[in-house]
Amino acid sequence: MEAFTTHTGRAVPLRRSNVDTDQIIPAHWLKKVTRDGFEDGLFEAWRKDPEFVLNKAERQGATVLVAGPDFGTGSSREHAVWALQNYGFKAVISSRFADIFRGNSLKNGLLTVVLDQKVVDALQELVENDPQAEITVDLEAREVRAEGITAAFELDENARWRLLNGLDDISITLQNEDDIASYESKRPAYKPQTVQI
Amino acid sequence: MGRTLAEKVWDDHVVRRAEGEPDLLFIDLHLLHEVTSPQAFDGLRQTGRQVRRLDLTIATEDHNTPTLDIDKPIADPVSRAQLETLRKNCADFGVRLHSLGDVEQGVVHVVGPQLGLTQPGTTVVCGDSHTSTHGAFGALAFGIGTSQVEHVLATQTLPLARPKTMAITIDGELPEGVTAKDLILAIIAKIGTGGGQGYILEYRGSAIEKLSMEARMTICNMSIEAGARAGMIAPDETTFAYLEGRAHAPKGEDWDAAVAYWKTLKSDDDAEFDAEVVIDAAALSPFVTWGTNPGQGAPLSANVPDPASYEDASERLAAEKALEYMGLTAGQPLRDVKVDTVFVGSCTNGRIEDLRAVAAIVEGRKVADGVRMLVVPGSARVGLQAVSEGLDKVFKEAGAEWRHAGCSMCLGMNPDQLAPGERSASTSNRNFEGRQGKGGRTHLVSPQVAAATAVLGHLASPADLSDTDARTPAGV
Repeated sequence: MEAFTTHTGRAVPLRRSNVDTDQIIPAHWLKKVTRDGFEDGLFEAWRKDPEFVLNKAERQGATVLVAGPDFGTGSSREHAVWALQNYGFKAVISSRFADIFRGNSLKNGLLTVVLDQKVVDALQELVENDPQAEITVDLEAREVRAEGITAAFELDENARWRLLNGLDDISITLQNEDDIASYESKRPAYKPQTVQI
Repeated sequence: MGRTLAEKVWDDHVVRRAEGEPDLLFIDLHLLHEVTSPQAFDGLRQTGRQVRRLDLTIATEDHNTPTLDIDKPIADPVSRAQLETLRKNCADFGVRLHSLGDVEQGVVHVVGPQLGLTQPGTTVVCGDSHTSTHGAFGALAFGIGTSQVEHVLATQTLPLARPKTMAITIDGELPEGVTAKDLILAIIAKIGTGGGQGYILEYRGSAIEKLSMEARMTICNMSIEAGARAGMIAPDETTFAYLEGRAHAPKGEDWDAAVAYWKTLKSDDDAEFDAEVVIDAAALSPFVTWGTNPGQGAPLSANVPDPASYEDASERLAAEKALEYMGLTAGQPLRDVKVDTVFVGSCTNGRIEDLRAVAAIVEGRKVADGVRMLVVPGSARVGLQAVSEGLDKVFKEAGAEWRHAGCSMCLGMNPDQLAPGERSASTSNRNFEGRQGKGGRTHLVSPQVAAATAVLGHLASPADLSDTDARTPAGV
């Protein structure tokens, strides 16, 4: 995973609530067997509308998505995170994320930042009025900054440490091999096994 | 202080607990399918890792599989390539796989329980959000992303922060004609698509205790639609009776030991939940969705809501957008909404009891002119059972299409899709924009409402059917 420390970039305001993962990346894209090449599928249905915010000339090259509440609801498809990253997004800001989407994002180095809806509204207003306005997402300081706005955000220390260092979860877990083996040795015999009967 | 069911199962799976770290949980059962696993197997190859516990891992093909002509090569080359990738990955790493055509093939969340692999007090994961289905057995079951699939393949564990717990207590009797699907749709409409976020839900109360295992699976299946990590129901005699004798259920002394353990799996009387919601079963009626998220639902007897009636600006905007997409008008009676397609199937409502309920309603009746009805069993075994009971004949005589098992039109990754502008009544779990096909419009319904809707051509419940809709079956 790529490390995330701090990022500054222009933003895309997405004034919709309940943006589900079927909107972020429609199911027919899920047939791909790689982690890349999903950028054209991002918000595919909405992008057919020339007025959709992502299609606006002034939003090209933006790297921060400022979304409505309940972003990433629905399916567990990690492809939603890959699509956002493949397109160029480094961070997503919302007042509430769906759990699985959030977990997936943090495992891939896409920083999902939870802020109060009032702050999200203020950020959306700022970047709607001034498309050139930049937003800084600072994981070291746990702070989002933009013109006239400074807001602290929460992220649990362990997730932050892994992001800051770009650490691979599996390697960390495998350092606890003894604990896993010990648990396995005590597992009751009646527990299910998939071995064909 | 006592513990909740979720806390008990969680605690029993902690491999490692340390200050400032998420708990490392052991995973008892890992279910795989073709869509969310290829990149995980690639990760194992790149790092030279193996599958740690092949004996706790099983794969099936479901999302992409066609429901017609399953003996022929899969027409869509991209779907075919994804299925071939799963077959190669399972062969290379030694994972048990049930491919298209195999008697155990089917939707992953139907297959696990019917094999008896889903058991009380286990942890179950799958790269699919509807893994919450398995919580009906008192398992802690949740959907994971592909990075976590790789993590479980490599380590049989997952680092996880413990969610909060929410009790959803449903007391009383469900009225005649009101099903588990109506109940869960009503719960989601009440607490919202984000209402369960950060929680494990526990459904309890006398209305839940009376439900069959299959109905409980329908409830837990849609926990994710309320934003919850998982949904659980305490195991009881209904659970044990369902499991006893299944292929992978414990046998002999193991069975006795397992049941003794399973009986401890209920929330203690003095356990404290972080939140509680109470629902009166008797006040419920058939429920359908009108919008583009599963929380946008209402009783079938209601009208399409007026967006102006929402105080919250974001909800109002969402309702406006939903009505525009759905082609509905505020104030329009939901019963007047005409459909083009009826889909019966999915991990939500594709089990044998669902098919029996639909058959009982369409038997001797005809699907309305201009309506296409698809009946897709949740697994090959459900399909065989339906055939042995003659249900396939009932569906075909009514004018419905009887298909092979798979996810099918729930998400339209195979050829079973809505055309742009087409409207469905669907027993599946998501009414998102374009979910069942680009531009398709979905109303989530129970199997009973789906069946009545198919006969009348507009959203309807079995109570709306008159005897004149029925024709005496030939030879009866």
